[in-house]
Order: sequence, then C-alpha cells, then structure tokens
Amino acid sequence: MVTVVPTPETLTEHNTHIEFSDVTVRYGNDVALDNISLKIPRNQIFGIIGPANSGKTTLLTCINRTLELEPTASLNGTVAVAGQDVMTMQDVYKLRRRVGMVFPLPVGLPMSVYENVAYAPRMAGLHDKDTLDALVHKCLQQAMLWDEVKDRMNMLGTKLSGGQQQRLTIARALSLTQDARPENTGPEILCLDEFSIAIDPVTTMKIEDVLLELKKSMTIILVTNLVQQAHRLADTTAFLNDSQLIEVGETEKIFSAPDQTMTLDYVTGDFG
Amino acid sequence: MGRISGLEIIAFLTAIVVTTVARVSVEGGDAIQPASLFLTCLGYGLLVFLSANIVRNFAGGYMLGPNARFNWLGWPTGSRTGAPRGFRARMMSGLDAMEGHVEWFIRVCGWSAILFVMAIFFFVIKEGAPALTGSLDLVNFFSSSKWDPTAAGKAEYGILALIVGTLSVTILSMLMAVPLGLGAAIYVSEFAGTRTKETLKVLIELLAAIPSVVWGFIGMMVLGPILVATTGASVGVNMLNGALILALMSVPVIVSVAEDSLRAVPDSYREAALAMGATRWEIVFRVLFPAAKSGLLAAVLLGVGRAIGETMAVLMATGHSGRIPRSLVDPVQTLTATIAAEMGEAPRGGEHYQVLFLIGIVLFVFAFIVNMIADLIVKGIRNEKNG
Amino acid sequence: MVEHESAIALPTTAAHPFVSTKFEQLKLRRERTYKYLFLGMAIMLVVPVLAILAFLTIKAWPSLTWSFISSNPANGMTAGGIWAPLFGTFLLVLCSLLIAAPVGVLAGVYLNEYARDNWGTRIINLAVVNLAGVPSIVHGLFGLGAFVYFAQMRKSLIAASCTVAVMTLPVIIASTKEALAAVPMAFRVACWNMGASRWQTIRTIVLPNSISGILTGVILQVSRAAGETAPILFTGVAFYINMDQGFALDEKFMALSFHLFTISKQVQNVPESIQYGTAVVLIGLVLVVNSASIAFRIYLRNRKKW
Repeated sequence: MVTVVPTPETLTEHNTHIEFSDVTVRYGNDVALDNISLKIPRNQIFGIIGPANSGKTTLLTCINRTLELEPTASLNGTVAVAGQDVMTMQDVYKLRRRVGMVFPLPVGLPMSVYENVAYAPRMAGLHDKDTLDALVHKCLQQAMLWDEVKDRMNMLGTKLSGGQQQRLTIARALSLTQDARPENTGPEILCLDEFSIAIDPVTTMKIEDVLLELKKSMTIILVTNLVQQAHRLADTTAFLNDSQLIEVGETEKIFSAPDQTMTLDYVTGDFG
Repeated sequence: MGRISGLEIIAFLTAIVVTTVARVSVEGGDAIQPASLFLTCLGYGLLVFLSANIVRNFAGGYMLGPNARFNWLGWPTGSRTGAPRGFRARMMSGLDAMEGHVEWFIRVCGWSAILFVMAIFFFVIKEGAPALTGSLDLVNFFSSSKWDPTAAGKAEYGILALIVGTLSVTILSMLMAVPLGLGAAIYVSEFAGTRTKETLKVLIELLAAIPSVVWGFIGMMVLGPILVATTGASVGVNMLNGALILALMSVPVIVSVAEDSLRAVPDSYREAALAMGATRWEIVFRVLFPAAKSGLLAAVLLGVGRAIGETMAVLMATGHSGRIPRSLVDPVQTLTATIAAEMGEAPRGGEHYQVLFLIGIVLFVFAFIVNMIADLIVKGIRNEKNG
Repeated sequence: MVEHESAIALPTTAAHPFVSTKFEQLKLRRERTYKYLFLGMAIMLVVPVLAILAFLTIKAWPSLTWSFISSNPANGMTAGGIWAPLFGTFLLVLCSLLIAAPVGVLAGVYLNEYARDNWGTRIINLAVVNLAGVPSIVHGLFGLGAFVYFAQMRKSLIAASCTVAVMTLPVIIASTKEALAAVPMAFRVACWNMGASRWQTIRTIVLPNSISGILTGVILQVSRAAGETAPILFTGVAFYINMDQGFALDEKFMALSFHLFTISKQVQNVPESIQYGTAVVLIGLVLVVNSASIAFRIYLRNRKKW
C-alpha cells in the first residue's frame, strides 16, 4: 500500500493538525520566534532542525501553552491545534493532556517509577488499578525501559541513570490520558525535543522504530540536533535559523535539493 | 468554585433562621438591634454557605470524580468520565474538586500579611490617637525629660529621657556586638573548617533561641553582681549590664546576615586575589569588606532593630529609672520597658494609657524605617548579584 | 617594601626556589594572627554564654526534681513548683501555632507558587519583612487594642494566642517560602507539561517534598512562642491561677516566661533555687525544641530524594 504523504503544499484543512499563523514570540525584548507560519500534518513525524538558540524549543512550548509560564514571554499570532486556537481554550490542562512533551534534560519526579508513569492518568482522574497497571506496562515498553525497571518499580525516579530518566520522561509523555475513561489514553501529539542525547545508540534505534509505529495513532514533532535522525524518521522537515523559518518541505527534498542554500549547507554540515 | 445549587441556599437560609432564633431566645427579642442581627445572620450565613459549597464539591469529587454533575439540590448524579474506585482514588479526586476553594483560601492567606501590618498600625494609632487631640503637647512630649505619669497633681509625659535611654543602651551594645559579630562572621565564612563552621553556626543559632526573659534574668542574677564587684557601681542592673545583654542577644542576627553577605561575594574575587599572592586576611580587608559592605551594613541595621525592640531583657537588666544617664553604670529606662512596666497600671482610655500607645507608634515607626532600609539594602545586593 | 623583599629573598630563591622568604613568613605569621583574632571573637561569643548556662544549671540543680515540675506554685510563689505556668505555656504554644501555622504556610505557598512578580507581591513581601521587625512589645499593644478590646476576647488565653500567632506568622511564611523554593523548578514544569494543574502540582509534588522543611520552620516557632513575654504581658497572662479550676480559652493563664519575670523581679523572698530552676526549665525547653529542629534539618539534608 502506498500512503500519500501530504506535503505542506498539499495540506487540506482536514489533515492539518497544528497550524502556526504569523507567530511571533518575544522574551522581554528578545525575539525568539519571528513571524512563523507553519502547518504540521496529522499522523506524521515532523522534523525540526536548526542550530542552537534558533527557537525550536519555544515553538514546542507554544503548542501546549507552557510558554505562558515564562513571565516575560509574549505571543502574537495564533497557534491552532485541530483547528482550535489554543489561546482561547478554556481548559489549558486539557490541552496539555493532549500534547506529550519530552525535553532534553531528563527529569524524574521524586516518586517511584510506577507512580511517575501513573502520574498523568491519575491527575486526569484515572485511578483504576488494573487499567493503570496495563498502561504503565505499555508505556514503559514503548519507551524501552520496561526490561530495566520491571523488577524495581518502587525505585525513586530521581535515582535512575540519566538515560533511564530520559526514557522515563518519554514513558510519561506516552501515558498522558484525557480523562478517567481508559480508552482515552495516549496523547494526540508527541513533541520530542532532542530526546536521544542521553540514550545510547542501540536503544535510540529501538525507540525510533517505536516512533514509526506510534505515528499511526499520533502526530510526532521531532526536534533534533542530529540531522541524520531527522532524515531517517521525519516525513516532513522544517529548518529554523535565528528565530526564522527558513524552509519547510518533504524530508527527501530538504535533504537533497532544498530551495535555500543555507538549508543545504546545514544538512550537509557546511553551515557557518 | 462551581455553580450554586439548592444545598447552599438551604444551608444559608437555615443558618439565618438558627442564628435569629438563637439570639432572640438568649438575649430577648427587644434588646437586639436589627443592624447587629443582620450582620451576624449575614456572617454565619456566608460561612455556612461557603462550607456547604466546599463540602458539596468534595463529596461530588469523592463519589463521582472531578467531572461530577449535580442535580438542582446539589446531589451528585452522574459523571461524563466514570467514578473513581478505591478510597485513595476517591480522596484524591475529592481534593481535586476542591481546587478552586483551596486556591482562593491560599490567596487570602497570602494577602493577610498586608492586613496584619495595617491592622497593627491601625489599632496602635486608634488607642493612642486621642492623646494627640487632648491636652498632650507634642513638642513637650519629645523634648521634656520629665516622665512622671503618676504624679499627684499634673502628670508629666516627656519621653526624652526614655529615648536617650533606648539610644544609649542600643549604641553601647552595638559598639560591642558589631565588631564581635562581624569578626565571628568572618571567621565562620572565611577561616573555619567545615566542622568548626557547622558547630559554631549551630551554637550561634541556639544563642538566638534563648528567650529574652532569661537574658534579663541572667543580667539581674549573674552579670549584676559581677559588675558591682568589678566596676564599683552602686547597683548591678544598669546601662552597661543592659548593653552587654543586648549585645549578646543581637549578635546572632548580625552573624547570620553578615555571613550570608560574605558568602554572596563571588569566589572568583577570592581566587583572583589569591592568584596575586594575597593572604586571607588581606582578602578579607581589601576584597571582601568593600564587596560585601552593604550586606554588612544591613546586618548592623538588623542588629540595631533587634536591640531597640527588645523589651523584657532591658526591663530587667537596665535598672529602669527615668533619668538621663550620666555614666556607663547609671540605671536607665527605655521606651519598650516603659510600656511593659506601666501598661498594667494604666486604666483604659486614660491619658497615661494613650501616651503609652503613642510610644508604641514611635517604636513601630522606628522599627519600620530600620527594617525598610535593611531590606532595600539586601534586595539591592540580590539584584546586583543576579544582574 | 620591594627592596626589602628582594634583598632578603634573592639568596634563598636562587638555591631553593620554593623556600618562603622572610616577607612571606611575615605575611603568614600575620595571617595566623588574624585567624586567631577572629577565632577569639567567635569564642568570646560562645564561651561566656556556655559558662553562664552551666552556672545556671549548677545553681538550679538542687531544685530540678520531678515534684518541682509537677507541683503548682504555693505560698505566694515562695514554694512549690512550676506546673501551672508550664502547662499554660504549652497551651499558649499549641493555640498560637494552630492559628499561625496554617495561615503562615498557605501564605508561603501563595508567595512562592502563585504570586507573580508584580507590585502586589512586592508589597506583600515588604509587609512580611516589616511584620518580622515589629518590636514584640508593639505586638503586645496591638493584641491589647485589637483582640482584647476590639474583638472583645478580654484578657484570655485566646487573645494572647492570637497575638503570639501574628508575631510568629512572618517567620513561618519566610521558612515555608525557603522550603518550597528548595524543590527544583524542573519538577513543577514536568508536572505542568503533563496537564497537572497548579494545585495538583503543589499537592502531589511540591508539598510532599517540602513538608519536612516547612515543619522544621514551624517547630522553631514553638520555642519562640514559648519564650516570648512582651506580647502576652497585657493580653492574658496572669500572675497566679489556681489550677484546680482548670483551663479555658477565654480565661487568663500562667506562662513560664512571665512566671520567671514575676519571681525574679516582682515577688520578694523567692528562694534562689526556684528562680534558677524556672530559668533552667525554660532554657531547657527552648533548647530541646531548637536542637530537635536542627537535628531534623541535618537528617533531612542527608536523605534528599534528588
């Protein structure tokens, strides 16, 4: 079966999942995102590449509105998830439960591994023991952590190694639950911000396989410094530099014949 | 906070009826003023209303989860998402359902600090202000050294001697406490090894814990006889005694704030000086003192604040005699001790009572200024460090 | 200075480059002198106090018996023990903390978790600082005006407890803030990213991991409330209460600190051993509570969860 990957040019309203329109973000007077317009298609892995400090992480925090936790930040323009402007959403917690976030610095919460993964469902109201057990098992397996922690589920999340904590945060992001109904588990968007920097290459490859499987049920946004990782995984790739969106297109095109020379320089390593 | 349902309204109305019936049956129908009855009914009514709202939300969360729906009476009837199972899960979802109330309560508590400061100012003024409109002459109040509130004919209210007493004891105690406190802070932060440092800090912390009445007792019973024997003073409880006690009492504040500000000096300063061959005492005098000077000033100010506000120790250890002191071993009387000693005998609403509250205002304003300056200095340091 | 240094230093440095010169030795000696000077200052603070405490304990030793603690003052304070004041102090501490701890802790939670950096927050912080600096006797005046007369509590245990509660409030707020700030921000951000609300985050992550630090701060206030005299002086402490009638919230009470004041300053012919005994019991009470809080803090530092 040949699946037609919708490129940004062929996107319709139906298969657009997240849409940035003229988004400008400032921290105080520093511009972090400069007038970005971007459509992220549904059920794809969407790669975002770009040098450090180019606004990649800020882009992610706009989606689940954690940007507003930064006191100096201000946002102009609209970010829409599934056609709905996030800034007008009444229940911001509901939004955040739809968007799983994994940040580069691993943070294990000071509670047991089991409770770490069961945290999000519990906060959403899902307390049923059997459902939780199954969910924790599934998420830890997807994050390739199950085999290492299955015999010590009561260990503190903060006492795991860096790589294990990183996979724990992935498991937590996958465990997001909309409400107390067990069929509503799993985020609809998964944002991975350089998820693999603390994880060994073999495990990383396994997780990448899982991601390719997961994209059938969710949209995955992959921010990475490893250009090859984006090449391997992403269906569509965007290149950010200095707060600006330089180019976005099908991954093959970005990596072989991009419109901008700057993009070509970056993906081939001639940048700067 | 959730929507209002019949439960809260019923609770509100019941509270009003019960309050009215209770007051009428206890006090008799005719004696009650309508305005007072209205206020009590409203007060209890709102209290019960709020409690009912909190209980209903908790119960809804407990029984049916955070998304419970209620019928018109306030009884939880169903939920979009299914009920939690197990006690722990139910408690958690009940607590979550109370989120709005808890946050509201937290906010009120946060703002209460302002309320208390204003209330202190208001009530001290309220009790003391009538003296200002009465016969009291403010110029005389501050410039006369005659303090004789119980005189047979005309009572004398001049607090100059008390101010001089407070200031002299404070200054004398600071002359002892500041060098000692700064020296100890320097030792703790720059010279001491880890174990000595911890021990000294714990000891100084315990020093701060000794109650002021015990300090006063030590001044009377231990220091007094020693002072009589060594200085030939006629009485043991005098200015020097009080100053010594106050010095020991204010040292912990000085040490801890000064140590904080010394520690706030970046290590790079020390390392740069060390690299140029400076010894540690040279670092202390040439590098740390200039860099930490505002923090050290704040430490001294807070010590002054503590010494001025101290009551029981100076009441017991300074001799408490309302004359301007001529020598170090004369007894003196301070502002705080005067209030403590005389408020018991001053009838409410009398001039003496009001004047004592006026002294309280003077103390309040004094402490306010000292703390404000110290706080501004400390904040300034913090901003400098961050910026 | 430079000539002096080189004149002495040259011959030695030529042969042994790392042997210290006379000038360096002078500097070292001076450094040592200063070190001992500062050490001496620190010792001058601690040693006399320890000596005084030892002296008090020795003087009090004969009276420190169980019957001294468990019997009431008798014969116009010249005989008997300290049970009534001790129990009164216990009640005062209990009531004042029951009032101050919830308000103070929640205010700390507000300031650290909810308040944004705006003028309102700055005013609250300023108020906390100033509340902490108000002289204790002014707190006493406030209690007299506000609780005893305005709120019509009369001179009673509850009025004194309210007064002491207001006095201890700023310190509880400050220590709560400190304990909450010690919980890394990353934990909160992780929870918010999982859709937990502010209150859920506080309830599940912030409070469980700072509650011991908060308790340490509250325990410290036990000793402060037990030791203060000035705030209760006009708000409800009594010279003498007959214990047989029992205690009530709206009645006057005896307190250990005020009892020490009366038997050492106001009542004549009190035997020295009773005076010293009362003082030592009060110091002991306060020091035990403080040491417990310090030990608790050290224990916590050693078993951090992250």
